[in-house]
Order: sequence, then structure tokens, then C-alpha cells
Amino acid sequence: MLGKLTLSAIPYDVPILVGTFIGAAIAGLAVVGLITYYGKWGYLWREWLTSVDHKRIGVMYIVVALVALFRGFADAIMMRSQLALAYAGNPGYLPPHHYDQIFSAHGTIMIFFMAMAFMQGLMNIVVPLQIGARDVAFPFVNTLSFWMTTISFLLVNVSLFIGEFSQCGWLAYPPLSEQQFSPGVGVDYYIWAVQLSGVGTLLTGVNFFATIVKMRAPGMTYMRMPVFTWTIFCTTVLIMVAFPILTVAMGLLGLDRYLGMHFFTNDGGGNQMLYLSVIWGWGHPEVYILVLPAFGAFSEITQTFSRKPLFGYKTMVYATASIMVLSLVVWVHHFFTMGAGPNVNAFFGIMTMIIAVPTGVKIFNWLFTMYKGRIDFHATMYWVIGFMITFSIGGMTGVMLAIPASDFVLHNSLFVIAHFHNVIIGGVYFGYVAAMNFWFPKAFGFKLNEAWGKRAFWFWFVGFYVAFMPLYVLGFEGMTRRMNHYDNPEWHPWLLIAEVGAVLIACGIVCQLTQLYVSIRDRNLAENRDLTGDPWNARTLEWSTSSPPPFYNFAILPEVHELDAFAHDKEAGIDTRQAGGNYQPIHMPKNTACGFLIGAFSFVMGFGAVWYIWWLAAVGLIGVIATVIARSSDNDVDYYVPVSEVVRIEQEHTHNLMAAQAAE
Amino acid sequence: MADHISSSGESHGSVGSYLTGFVLAVILTVASFGLVMSHAMSPAGTGGAIALLAVVQIVVHLIYFLHMNGSSEQRWNVMAFVFTVLSVLVLVAGTMFIMHDTAINMMSR
Repeated sequence: MLGKLTLSAIPYDVPILVGTFIGAAIAGLAVVGLITYYGKWGYLWREWLTSVDHKRIGVMYIVVALVALFRGFADAIMMRSQLALAYAGNPGYLPPHHYDQIFSAHGTIMIFFMAMAFMQGLMNIVVPLQIGARDVAFPFVNTLSFWMTTISFLLVNVSLFIGEFSQCGWLAYPPLSEQQFSPGVGVDYYIWAVQLSGVGTLLTGVNFFATIVKMRAPGMTYMRMPVFTWTIFCTTVLIMVAFPILTVAMGLLGLDRYLGMHFFTNDGGGNQMLYLSVIWGWGHPEVYILVLPAFGAFSEITQTFSRKPLFGYKTMVYATASIMVLSLVVWVHHFFTMGAGPNVNAFFGIMTMIIAVPTGVKIFNWLFTMYKGRIDFHATMYWVIGFMITFSIGGMTGVMLAIPASDFVLHNSLFVIAHFHNVIIGGVYFGYVAAMNFWFPKAFGFKLNEAWGKRAFWFWFVGFYVAFMPLYVLGFEGMTRRMNHYDNPEWHPWLLIAEVGAVLIACGIVCQLTQLYVSIRDRNLAENRDLTGDPWNARTLEWSTSSPPPFYNFAILPEVHELDAFAHDKEAGIDTRQAGGNYQPIHMPKNTACGFLIGAFSFVMGFGAVWYIWWLAAVGLIGVIATVIARSSDNDVDYYVPVSEVVRIEQEHTHNLMAAQAAE
Repeated sequence: MADHISSSGESHGSVGSYLTGFVLAVILTVASFGLVMSHAMSPAGTGGAIALLAVVQIVVHLIYFLHMNGSSEQRWNVMAFVFTVLSVLVLVAGTMFIMHDTAINMMSR
């Protein structure tokens, strides 16, 4: 009846997990209680959970990403503390069984649910506005994508309290992840979480590709598209190419585990090395899926706060496109030591070094954009400059690892950990936080507090170096990754320093939360309010509408005459909004609960399949299919916003604009 | 939005074309299973034959279910398809290159 699920699957004998559960339960009850107290359930359901508005979906994505950041960071600081303690006679406080789950969960959560959710949130908020569209191409699919990501993250968190999580690292290499060596449910949780969130990501990729190809404002040719949109465009192409590979890899591993097949087993003709090639065929494009949008955000921020157009727009576009293509032919550098010969390693090593060239082009473009600009050292700009320094170092250690001969020395050591955190924190995370600071007023209508933003930056920046530079040293000293205990006295001081770095980063996260709190508290102060919709004197179309934008984004679709359409209009004295122009009824999609329902049923299916509760999995699957059929046969999915409503909203914004101009 | 705008000229097939596609897909699938289960060919020959049947199957799906053809309205579809084929080729050829080299180097066969 309940498959593998018994009472012994609840880890009530592990004090850390019981404490976590009590904490999570109290926090959850507090949130539920507050929503009930203020009577906001109906509002939450109608305006957010069932919304098809890309801006709201984007905000919800970023909320999920911040929760995931919190969870992933809790795992990180537990690992660092374990390694600060577990020296010589001291076993530390995490037994290997638990420690292995923590490092697997850390990687899985940070990539799939922190970075991917953050990235999809940013593209949701920004891209339709930036190309002058009223929504994405498939608004329903957009809410479905969001819920698939969210329920997968929920599935990972359920594994904390019911059963266990994978102990095989964030990519679950066989044969360790096969039934023979991992008979528990941990790897099944991993497979289903990754598989279901992969569906969401793939749909986002298709959706935004179609949006960018089909829904650009009149006059916006490809070479007039803002750089952020270009990077998202390339990212969606990579998503569409790479995510099916992940689906296949997880599918084959699942067949091995569930149906006793032999794709990656040691016996029966299986080949575990094939898994490495397949999973990294997805895995390497994935890191560019994450970092390209960050590059786009840096480009927008640098040109805005340097008060001049981006240096080398065309080279930026071509560099982005070359990275997109090259990222598909470098994946072997993750397993040079597998035993392929020098031909293979030389080819992929050289390709990896070549990919550093377009990335270097981008760095120089940003530097030349700043050169002779009138740079405004806004908190957002701090993250950009911090990124350029940190990412350059990370890129150089990456080129070191691209040399197969040196990779044989460094493979699987902490040097690799230091390198990829160097590029993922310094590139991806700094980029997303900068983007959040930059576009926050657009989404909410008020600015984020700058002082706390700068404090957060300094803690993160210094904390990053203190936490990860020792890991480079430890890599050279031969310390391997995923180690639970050690007795080498030379390593101990470095691991203590790294622990200090982790604490500094914790302070950075506290500063970011404080920044959110202070900003929301002071949101009505005149200096924080964004009445004009253009708080930074920026260059692209999203700033031409109000902040937050009306749900239809643009009452009249903007005409694009040049690159940086809004900057051009401001210089030429053209009103991009065409206020008071000829308003027409606006065709908009209706909100729908179907995305939420499909997500909920998918969760039921995933949970049932993890525990071999087949009737439950069947209920979930039938629910998904039934909801899809119901949605497909529903013709009442759209409506027209009447002109009077459009006029009312637009006049209100015109009043705000005039009031803001009068105040100046 | 775009999903509410009525179709812009692309063919969405007919019952007849869907049935043709379905029958062809069934024949190809049964043939693959038949080949494997009857042991009619050598293992290497079976592998090659089902790979061939799979490629034909892909083409059947593309034509009958995804309505791909050479007309101008299909330009984006064809471009996307060419890109897909290219990246699949890169991955398949790359993986074969890697696995072949590994097999020789590690003397695993």
C-alpha cells in the first residue's frame, strides 16, 4: 500500500534534522498564520499563484531562488564547519551518511533551484518589457514552467524529513548511483526532482525563444535587440539543445534503477563512462545557460551607470553567439582523466581554451564602456566591478584546468571546487544580484537600499576570497573534494580560514535580507519611490513604461528606431509611451489554476514513484493528463481590456510623471 | 497571446495523415522489437538495423506529427531542425569519438 515508505523512513533519531524540521514547521506555520490573519489567501491565489503575468511569475521565481539560496547556503556552512572540526581524532558532527547527502543537496539545489530559478525569474521580469511585448508567447506554459520548478524544489526538501537524499554528488555518477550501491530512495528523489524541473526549464526555453523571435516591438530588428535579450536568446537555444540530453541521462539512469536495465551498470554490458559523456553534454552548456544572462545584465548595468552606450555592441552579440556554439563542444574537460587518449583530450582542451577568447572580448568591452564614462558608483556597479575582478581570476584557473596535463594533477581536488565557485559566485551570483538591484524598482516601484546593498557586496566579495582562495591552496596540497574527515596537519589552518570566509558570506546574506527589509519599510519615502519608471536614466524599453508596469506593459506598442530605443527617444524628444494616443482594447490572457494543478499532480506522481507507491504515482499521472485535456478544451482563456480602463491607468501614470518632473 | 492567434497558414494535418503516421510508427516499432526478439541477425547487425529504423521513425514523426516540410512558412521550423540535427550530430559523433578512444585506451574490448 505504501510501497517502501515506513515509519523508519522518518529520521526522528537525527537531532539536526529534527531541529531543522521544527524550525521549518514554525516558520511555515508563521507564514500560514500571517496570511490567514490578514485574510490574504484569496489575494494570493487570484493575483499570484494562478497568475499568468510574466512579471509576477518572475517575482515568484526569484522568491523560490532566495529560499533555495538559504537552504543551499545552510548546507554549505555545515560542510565548512564539519571540515573545520573533523581533523585527526575529532570525527566532526556529521557522519558520512549525512555529510554525503549534504554536499549532494548543496550542488543540486544551488544549480537547479537557486541559479536556474533566479535566471528564469530575471528573464521573466525583463525580456517581454525589453522587447516591447505585452506578455510572453505562451503565458499558460509560463506558469506551468514555474510550478514544475517549484514542486521539484519542494520534492528535494521533502527528502530532508521523509527518507534521505542522494549521496552521489550533484551529478549522481554511476555505478555509485545504481541500485546495487545506492539501494535507498535518495537517488530516486534526485532523479525525479531533476527530471520534473527539467520539464519546466525546457518549456521556459521554448517559450522565451518564441517570444523573442515573434513578439519584438515594431522596428526592433535583431541588431537592435538589447544585449540582455540577446544573451537570453542564446540561453534559450542552449536550453533547447541541452535539457533533452539531461532528460535522457536521467531517464536511462532511472530505467537502470527501476526496471533493472544495464545502461550504466558494471555488468550486463553497461558502461558507466557513457553516463559521464552524456551528462556533461548537458552539464557544460548548462554553465553557459547560467552565465550568459549574467553577462547580459552586466552589459545593461555597465552602460547605464557609465552614462554612455555599450562599447562594441556587435562584438558583444557575436561573442555571445560564439560562446553559445563553442559551449557545445567542450564537455570532455570535466573528465579528462577518464582514460580517453591524447587525441580526444587535446581536441577538447583546445576548444576549452578557445572559449576563453569571446569571454575575454566581453571583459574588454565592459572595461572600455567604463573608460571615459561618467561612472556612477551605485551599489549595482559594485557587483559589476567585483565580478570583473573575480571572474577574470576564475576564468584563468579555468584555462589552467583546460590543459589536460595539469588537469591530471588537479582533477577531483579542491582546486576544481575553488575554480567553479570562483566563476559561479563571481560570475553568475554577482550578476544575478546586480540584476536584482538594477531591475527591482521596475518590478516593485521603489528602489533597494543602497547602503545595505554595498555592505552585502563587501561581505560577499571579501567572504568569497577568504572562503575559496584557501581551497586553491588545498587543491595543490592534494586534498580531494567530498572528503568527510582528514588527518593532514597542513590542511587544517586553511580549512579554518575557509570557515571564516563562509561566516563572512553568511553576513553578506544577512545584509541582503536586511536590505530587502529596510527597502520595503522605507518604500514610501520620496527618494526611494520611482514615479517616473526610469530611475537610472537607462537606455532600453523596459524603462519607458511605469514602475511597476501596468499588467499589459505597454498601452501602445513602442516604435523602435535605433539600438537602445528608449535612449534614442529621450534624445530625440519622442514620447515612447505615446501618451494620450489612439488607445485600443488590449487582448490579454486570463489567469489559470491549471499550471498550479499540473505542478501539484506532478509532485504527487514524483513522490509516489520515489517510494514505489504505484497507485499514488498513477493518481498523479492521471491528474496531470486530465488537467492538460481540460485546459486544452477550455476556450475561455482570454479577454479584452476596455479602452476606458487603459486610459485610466495611463492617465494616472502621466500624472505621476508630471508630479515627478515638477518636484525636480 | 500567440497561442490565441489563429494559425497563420501552417498545415495542421488531417485525420488521414495522422493515421498514416500512426500506422507507419507502429510498423517501425514492431519491426524493431521483432528484430531483437527473433535473433534473426548478428548482434552488430541488429544494432545497426534498429538504429536505421529509429532514424526512419524520427522522419515519420517529423513529417506526419510535426508537419515539417520545405514551404516558406516553415522556415523557422526548418532552421530549428537543422540546428537540432547539427547539435545531435556533434553530440553523437563526439560521444562516439570519446567512447571509442576510451575503449581502445583502457582495453575494455
